[in-house]
Amino acid sequence: MQTLTNRAKPVDRRPMNFLEKMYLPAIGKGMVITFKHIFQKKPTVSYPEEKREFSPVFRGLHILNRDKEGRENCTACGLCAVACPAEAITMEAAERKPGEEHLYREEKYAARYEINMLRCIFCGFCEEACPKDAIYLSETFAPAHYKREGFIYGKQDLLIPLPGEQKNA
Amino acid sequence: MAEEQKLFKVKIDGITVEVAPGTTILNAARQIGGDIVPPAMCYYSKLQGSGGKCRTCLVKVSKGSEADPRPMPKLVASCRTTVMDGMEVANITSPEVLEARKGVVEFLLLNHPLDCPVCDQAGECHLQDLGYEHGAEATRYEFKRRTFDKVDLGDKIQLHMTRCILCYRCVFTADQVAGNREHGVLGRGEHAEISTYLSKNLSSPFIGNVIDVCPVGALTDKTFRFKNRVWFLKPVNAHRDCDNPKCCGKTVLWMRGDEVFRVTARKDKYGEVEDFICDTCRFDKKEAKDWVIEGPRKIERQSVISANHYVGVNKPKDTLVEVLDGRQPKLLMDIHSISQVNRPNIDLSQIEGPAHSDDFNK
Repeated sequence: MQTLTNRAKPVDRRPMNFLEKMYLPAIGKGMVITFKHIFQKKPTVSYPEEKREFSPVFRGLHILNRDKEGRENCTACGLCAVACPAEAITMEAAERKPGEEHLYREEKYAARYEINMLRCIFCGFCEEACPKDAIYLSETFAPAHYKREGFIYGKQDLLIPLPGEQKNA
Repeated sequence: MAEEQKLFKVKIDGITVEVAPGTTILNAARQIGGDIVPPAMCYYSKLQGSGGKCRTCLVKVSKGSEADPRPMPKLVASCRTTVMDGMEVANITSPEVLEARKGVVEFLLLNHPLDCPVCDQAGECHLQDLGYEHGAEATRYEFKRRTFDKVDLGDKIQLHMTRCILCYRCVFTADQVAGNREHGVLGRGEHAEISTYLSKNLSSPFIGNVIDVCPVGALTDKTFRFKNRVWFLKPVNAHRDCDNPKCCGKTVLWMRGDEVFRVTARKDKYGEVEDFICDTCRFDKKEAKDWVIEGPRKIERQSVISANHYVGVNKPKDTLVEVLDGRQPKLLMDIHSISQVNRPNIDLSQIEGPAHSDDFNK
């Protein structure tokens, strides 16, 4: 049979000699490998106390951005939702009324914006599709929940808080 | 019996076609079809006198005719130039034409606000397609674009003059289809704008067709304004018996679930309506029970409207209920119990105009 790689090793099927039948050298060899690992650098971290640094391209929980004056950037153009391969994003748009100019940057805005984190695969396509710099994937995880309801993120969960505004967790 | 007409032989991009005398180069190209059809923003085959305004359909005539084989000195607008026998035309095979078209697109976009994320026409906008296919990727324009306030043409049509490219299609529609022209173009040159004559309401039952003929988002349906994006809606062919004898009643419903968000006329592959429809069909019949639905409308594969529409899906049979002895599987979460969008008790399509913040806080 043709091998797929040249890394295959033939199995040694010769009968064991006396030294091998004693097993002690083999145990010793195994112990050396075990004790060598005590002095090696640990690849794990003890998580809640120590936190591993995120890669600069890490794609985590989404945020909805505001502009310099604190107005929402999102105009509910729907490009993130159409780009989303998991169909996790839904939204409903509304027209800005006179007097709401300090809340929304453009005449149309997302009155409802929802990401289903159970569906989201964190591919970042929404961020790439957004023409208004409104959606970004941040360097955090979606926190764990006991129930599915906790993974439906509405606008109040996604929108970055205004300076001085307390975000209710 | 009319005597047999002599057909003219025209060669467009190397493809020969025989057309009747008096046909324009654009229509001759449309008889061939395919990539060689010049794009048109202002020409509309259903409207008399349209064309010649936007210059996107410029072509090069490399041989005038059999009798006079000299080439035409300049690029000509193919929607206005009629064919001659033995004429040879270069459209996409001529780099000169492609270069000129790029310039025309740049001119059309000079004063265009590029507010596509807000505009309701996005996804079915001819200027978007034109810019994508023929335009440059960036503008060189550094000056202030002209701005206008948005205007209500009647209570159902919204005019965004900033987006207008002055194709005059709506003016011809109001003249020829709606019958009474109450709106037109005021001013000249840079100051030209579509306007109604001093607060006159547009009362014709066919005036809604200006929305369909508008190649950009300048005239949009106010009953659909900001309700949804066209690519989230499912277009279906539908018809109804309309009381208006001039209305064909054949439309496209843009649906989401059972909600009818928008009604438009059926458009062919050049974006021209097949038959004009009346305003009752367009604005007032926003329920599925008003219509006889014929089936999903065929949308070009390249169009964003066909994104995420799964057609021809073969769903495997769900054997779960059988295995569970007829018990339904336990639903772990009803999405409506937590989700704020697509609430079953509020139909956005039934709201008169665009939704506002108070519609959502109910």
